[in-house]
Amino acid sequence: MTSLTIPGPLAAAPGSGWRKAKDRIATTVIYGSFLLALVPLVWLLWTVLSRGLHAITSDGWFTGSQRGITYRDGGGGALHAIVGTVEQVALCTVISVPIALLVAIYLVEYGRGPLARATTFMVDILTGIPSIVAALFIYAVFVTSFSGQRAGWLVSLALVMLMIPVVVRTTEEMLRLVPNELREASYALGVPKWKTIVKIVLPTAMSGIMTGIVLGVARVAGETAPLLVLVGYSPNDNSNLFSGPQGSLPGMIKDQFGNLGSTTILRGGHKVSVHYAADRMWGAALTLILLVMALNLLARLIASRSKVSS
Amino acid sequence: MDRTPSDTGTARLADPPERSRPAAAGSQPADRHAHAPVIGSSQPAAIPSDDEPVFGAGTLGGRVGPARFADRVLAGLSSGAGAFLVLLIGLVTVFLVIRALPAITADKSNFLTARTWDVGGDTPDFGVLPLLWVTVLISLVAMVLAVPVAIGIALFISQYAPARVARPVAYVIDLLAAIPSIIYGVWGIAVLAPKIQPVADWLSRHAGWIPLFKDYNVKGGTIFTGGVVLAVMILPIITAIGRDVFERTPRANIEAAWALGATHWEVIRLAVLPYGRPGLVSGAMLGLGRALGETIAITLILSKVSNAGAFSFSIFNGGETFASKIANNAAEFNSPAQTGAYIAAGLVLFVLTFAVNAAARWVVNRRKEFA
Repeated sequence: MTSLTIPGPLAAAPGSGWRKAKDRIATTVIYGSFLLALVPLVWLLWTVLSRGLHAITSDGWFTGSQRGITYRDGGGGALHAIVGTVEQVALCTVISVPIALLVAIYLVEYGRGPLARATTFMVDILTGIPSIVAALFIYAVFVTSFSGQRAGWLVSLALVMLMIPVVVRTTEEMLRLVPNELREASYALGVPKWKTIVKIVLPTAMSGIMTGIVLGVARVAGETAPLLVLVGYSPNDNSNLFSGPQGSLPGMIKDQFGNLGSTTILRGGHKVSVHYAADRMWGAALTLILLVMALNLLARLIASRSKVSS
Repeated sequence: MDRTPSDTGTARLADPPERSRPAAAGSQPADRHAHAPVIGSSQPAAIPSDDEPVFGAGTLGGRVGPARFADRVLAGLSSGAGAFLVLLIGLVTVFLVIRALPAITADKSNFLTARTWDVGGDTPDFGVLPLLWVTVLISLVAMVLAVPVAIGIALFISQYAPARVARPVAYVIDLLAAIPSIIYGVWGIAVLAPKIQPVADWLSRHAGWIPLFKDYNVKGGTIFTGGVVLAVMILPIITAIGRDVFERTPRANIEAAWALGATHWEVIRLAVLPYGRPGLVSGAMLGLGRALGETIAITLILSKVSNAGAFSFSIFNGGETFASKIANNAAEFNSPAQTGAYIAAGLVLFVLTFAVNAAARWVVNRRKEFA
């Protein structure tokens, strides 16, 4: 790819007006494409913030559930949803992180030959697997084949499949950045390989690994497809991952989405139109975005304290 | 551990445009990281020298037994985890096939070409052709919109913006990837759709004779709206990979172009774009893989049409994709026969995304051999 051909115009007309004009057009288009990408980002964040702020600053948003509240009633909180999301993601993290770390250690420190190639390929494939397919797989195994009931922990299992590749990728990159001299210095002192990995390599790459974990958590916290297939939505408090329908932030958005639009109710003898469901939907959306953005900032923060750097 | 590895400092200096992502370890010179992955792939580096020092390690100090044992435990555990991942993908395939096969064999029509979807009764009669069509069409709309913009942003970050600006810009684009897809969905249908309806109306009024723009009187929840939202969602993926490959363009090629008296745009056209083309192709395909499988945003946006069997070529029609079909009916998975039909649809989606992703990786890896 290193051969260069001198194009006609470049050789013929140095500094001609048309070439300069083309250059200027290209510059404008390239700057423009960046500004264009900002439009949906700013628009979306502004929409969620302005429409959701009312709900999440209302009384009881972080302390109450949606128990007994229909789209014709105002109020209620998102605690049930926050609890569900946090529990499902926490279980997913506890399962994913050890597996992902081991896979990354394998790929960087041990892996060669057909198994390593196959593993790398499978991490790539897992990165691209649609979340609905992961959910269907868990459903086919645990509900259809072992006739289990839909519950929160099945969601965690589906999320594991989506989180592992994110953590493996980041950890792998970080382990590769640990200078080989550190390993060799350790070996030279007679330290066995496993101890070198556990006491030298992993601690050196630790902040990068933490970044990967936090990014993985942020990635799965907003996943909705597994919720639809693997657990029912419940407006009540249910902190039991292993039985019954459970609320979650994406589930709550989906639930309230079903009753968008204004509702006319009688208040003091007058008909007034209200948007309780819409308020709560944007409130849940804002809560979810705040959670995910906070996790992303945390990841940045950890990454900036990294000992190894790209 | 307060080790400060001094040698990463030099490696960093030699690596001019600082990247904000760890996924770009590939261009450091003169050490084993030179084997590190290209373009976000996790291909393991071939590291020949890693094993050698271990020979003596366990034999010193008379700790032969426990050290060797612990070594074997960690090696076993980690390769076991690798094997587990391989097994997992195998299990996904096996279970989807096992659960889908009875439904496919009980199907009255041809599973791949039929245009009906009736799975409730005793004689299921369904096919995935309309789903495939809408899935592909909506992803293509997204690609057509996203790829040029992503190339522009990647060029902006890697070739135009000063390093001080490039980093925050890259971070802002990455934020697009951090927003959960359900929020894209509600925003897309409730906020964006009414605003871009005039564009759709104008197109179908003036170019409605083209089948692609034919008006089907679907307001808001069209393939067009879904494609626009998908484009925003896959933009950060394609941008990140484009950025990576453009930053890797050899300095020599760029400076040769400058030395020929090229303008900035000509430098890009002569040196940067040709070098980055294979990477761009694979980035676009990874974006496509994501678009094909996107579930909840599309489920919320697309209007179901009553007569899904009637084929339409228009992007101003509604419809259902594989993923939205499954998601729309997830609450009614009752009998295994009925569920099997949806699992069969999921299997086709899995095969589709698998093929697209594998092809994308293949393009990257083939490129790496020449680099």
